[in-house]
Amino acid sequence: MPSLKDVELKITAVKKTKQITKAMNMVASAKLRGAQQKIERFRPYADKFYSMLSDLAGKADEGAHPLLEVRSEIKTVGIVLGTSDRGLCGSFNTNMINTAKRLAREKAAEGKSVKFYCVGKKGRDQIKKTEFELKLALADRMGSLDFTLANEIGLDIINAYLGGELDEVILVFGEFVSVARQVPTTLQLLPIASADAEGGEGEGGGGEYIYEPDVVGLLGELLPRFVKVQIYRALLDTSASEHAARMSAMDNATKACNDMINALTLLFNKTRQAAITTELMDIVGGAEALKG
Amino acid sequence: MEKALTLEIVTPDKLVLSETVDYVGAPGYEGEFGVLPNHIPFLAALQIGNLYYKAGGRTNYVFVSGGFADISNNKVTILAESAEKAEEIDVERARKAKERAEQRMAQQKEKLDYARAQAALQRAMSRLKAAQHEKAA
Repeated sequence: MPSLKDVELKITAVKKTKQITKAMNMVASAKLRGAQQKIERFRPYADKFYSMLSDLAGKADEGAHPLLEVRSEIKTVGIVLGTSDRGLCGSFNTNMINTAKRLAREKAAEGKSVKFYCVGKKGRDQIKKTEFELKLALADRMGSLDFTLANEIGLDIINAYLGGELDEVILVFGEFVSVARQVPTTLQLLPIASADAEGGEGEGGGGEYIYEPDVVGLLGELLPRFVKVQIYRALLDTSASEHAARMSAMDNATKACNDMINALTLLFNKTRQAAITTELMDIVGGAEALKG
Repeated sequence: MEKALTLEIVTPDKLVLSETVDYVGAPGYEGEFGVLPNHIPFLAALQIGNLYYKAGGRTNYVFVSGGFADISNNKVTILAESAEKAEEIDVERARKAKERAEQRMAQQKEKLDYARAQAALQRAMSRLKAAQHEKAA
């Protein structure tokens, strides 16, 4: 039987932990709202972009731009992995890292070499421990996520791709389905899969367009940006997923704390009761002895 | 019914502007172009520069850092990575950015960095110009 003092200390400790998990839960839910707002504000841009591109892509040939062309021999695969910078969000990061690792092993088994581009500390730390090359690691950037980050990664990847350093690029990110569900998702970034499968229908209306510069020139401007838009969208989703995952993880932790406090309080009462009983027995015993 | 143009400027962060206007002038890839109501469908790449629009007898300037313009059905949609209305431009910051870019251009002649500095300079100068127009108006 533990002493009264021990149990009391333990209860205080668990209560403090509960305070922290509760606070983290609230912070995560506030941040999730922020992340969702960012997604909301980005949507008009992305939607317009997709419809513009699918409009154009329909008018150009497959080989109109090197970013569209599927290479016959794929030697090097780049994997862009988006994870969070901080832990305490359940299995969110682990799921994503495992998905990325599995993909990398598959590609390696096919005789292709794999290079990693990691956004977020957690992914970077895990990939470092594997046999795969870590080409670029950006940590501590998810907190103040904006388009510049996507721009940076996008430029790097496009340059590597055009320089022949990469033949295929795949994006691994946490798709935000709902607050309760986040799915590790893979998406082919380069070469750009036919855009019309992705976006909505072109706006139609208005008949023939005039293009300035010509279709091919415009594609040259649009496609690199499309890559960045895809990256940005993936990162936004990852960020929202991270906060949602942390929210539910912290909610569970708070519940577990409550259970523990209940169990400990019960133990505390029992221990106290036992102590009182022993004391009473002592007193009664003493009184009996005096009488005798 | 008189036809009117709707101008919408969208960036990844927000919808910068959505207004009914009489005329839009934009810095096109191959030179400036103007858009009046009933313009034919037109898709153009934009340069770093200033876009302006006239509404109710007033001319307003908006800085855009390149991007695209899509014109159809009397609707002008501008997609830009960043765009700022003239009155929202941070003049002090733009001036500093300009100085920095000039310094960098003077220091290194390496191709890539030079091109980047040049783009930065162009952005800073366009911002300043837009802010000046705003002041004059």
